[in-house]
Amino acid sequence: MSDATAQIPAPYDGHTHDHPHDPHLAHHFDTPAQQYASAKLGMWVFLGTEILMFGGLFCAYAVYRHNHPEVFSFAHRALSPLLGGINTAVLITSSLTMALAVRYSQLGRRVPLMVCLALTIIGGAGFMVIKSIEYHTKWEHNLFPGQYNVYNADFKGDERPPNDLAALEHASATDHAGVNITPEQPEKEGSNAPHGGEASPTFAGVIQTPHESPAAPATAPTTAAAPRYVDPLAGTGDEPKIKPSFADIQGLSQGQQAAQTAHAHLTYSELPPLDQERVNAFFSVYFMMTGLHGIHVLVGMALITWILIRASRNEFSANYFTPVDLVGLYWHLVDLIWIFLFPLLYLIH
Amino acid sequence: MSDPHASHSESTEAQEHIAHRLAHPVPLWLLLTVFGMLMILTGLTVAATWIDIGMWNIWLALLIAVVKGGLVAIYFMHLRWDSPFNGIILVTSLFFVALFVGSVVLDSREYKVNYNPPVRSGTIQP
Repeated sequence: MSDATAQIPAPYDGHTHDHPHDPHLAHHFDTPAQQYASAKLGMWVFLGTEILMFGGLFCAYAVYRHNHPEVFSFAHRALSPLLGGINTAVLITSSLTMALAVRYSQLGRRVPLMVCLALTIIGGAGFMVIKSIEYHTKWEHNLFPGQYNVYNADFKGDERPPNDLAALEHASATDHAGVNITPEQPEKEGSNAPHGGEASPTFAGVIQTPHESPAAPATAPTTAAAPRYVDPLAGTGDEPKIKPSFADIQGLSQGQQAAQTAHAHLTYSELPPLDQERVNAFFSVYFMMTGLHGIHVLVGMALITWILIRASRNEFSANYFTPVDLVGLYWHLVDLIWIFLFPLLYLIH
Repeated sequence: MSDPHASHSESTEAQEHIAHRLAHPVPLWLLLTVFGMLMILTGLTVAATWIDIGMWNIWLALLIAVVKGGLVAIYFMHLRWDSPFNGIILVTSLFFVALFVGSVVLDSREYKVNYNPPVRSGTIQP
């Protein structure tokens, strides 16, 4: 026994050696299975806190969408369901390769494990590349979070908010051809032209990008002092009365009514004025949710890289694969959260 | 938790014996099946936006997302074969998120007067 205590570090003193010694078994656990189950339980507690953290953002989403459904219906058109769908497929595929990696680590097969980990990292990188393309399209058009958003009332730039966001997802492709991505909207029967129409004719949103063709600015609005928001009801005799209308009793805003009566998408100038002031909230929610998710993707990629390095050193076996499994759980949670983000942000009906 | 490791009990070596208690490799066909179902459901959730069922669109989208998330949690995240505690933690966290979101959304209805017109300074004429 004396030679055994000389070789084994202090925490292992008193360890019974009636079975082969497991170098990965900490002294306060009875069996590797117990240690493994405890590690997994701890990871799940952490994942629970992750869900709670994202829960705050989902709550913000729910409140904004509940109060301003027409804003979400309008603003989500700046997102590309195609790119979002591709990213969903990429992330689900990387989740599969991660599950395969866990499987191969449990089977003690080192080379397939490393291949699957590498594929998972590539999947995460592909996701981030597509995500950055999407972000870039937004940034090109001042669709930032917070006060730097073109729709924010405190926006200091000279660009005007796009009247219709549907073309934004194709913006990157068409910008280089000098195509004006938001054609000027034909003026609607004067209802959008209050106060003698001093502002409305120039209000149709035209996006100016630095590298736009010289022809496009000819149609761009030049009245910098035009009112930012135009009340579509002002001056039409339909101003809200003191007495609530039937729609008020129903709790429907004008935009909701319009969205219910016409399936066509609302343009910016058709949004109720108070909703026009809140279009930027969608982009704040979008960037915060996808941004926090993107940070998790980056963290997951770093963790998988660490696992890949350890796997290359042959540190994992059928007896010890806990780090692979726990990082896999983390990666699957990132996938799981995206599964909810994709329909909530990209596929608003 | 009957005995999910029964299929691996053919290993007889001592080393394998320890591993056999610890590891439960999910069968390849099962992972691939789950992957295929996730892909199909992704297509389904995109296709669900083509039909118009009013306010039920978001609930349909959420239902599909819950099914997809359940597949990921149960099979990819191994909850089906795990100790029930892990699943309880997941369900509990989701319950508290639902409680949080639900109570806040409930409360946000109380401020309708602040958000509906008429509150446009300068446009209300006596």
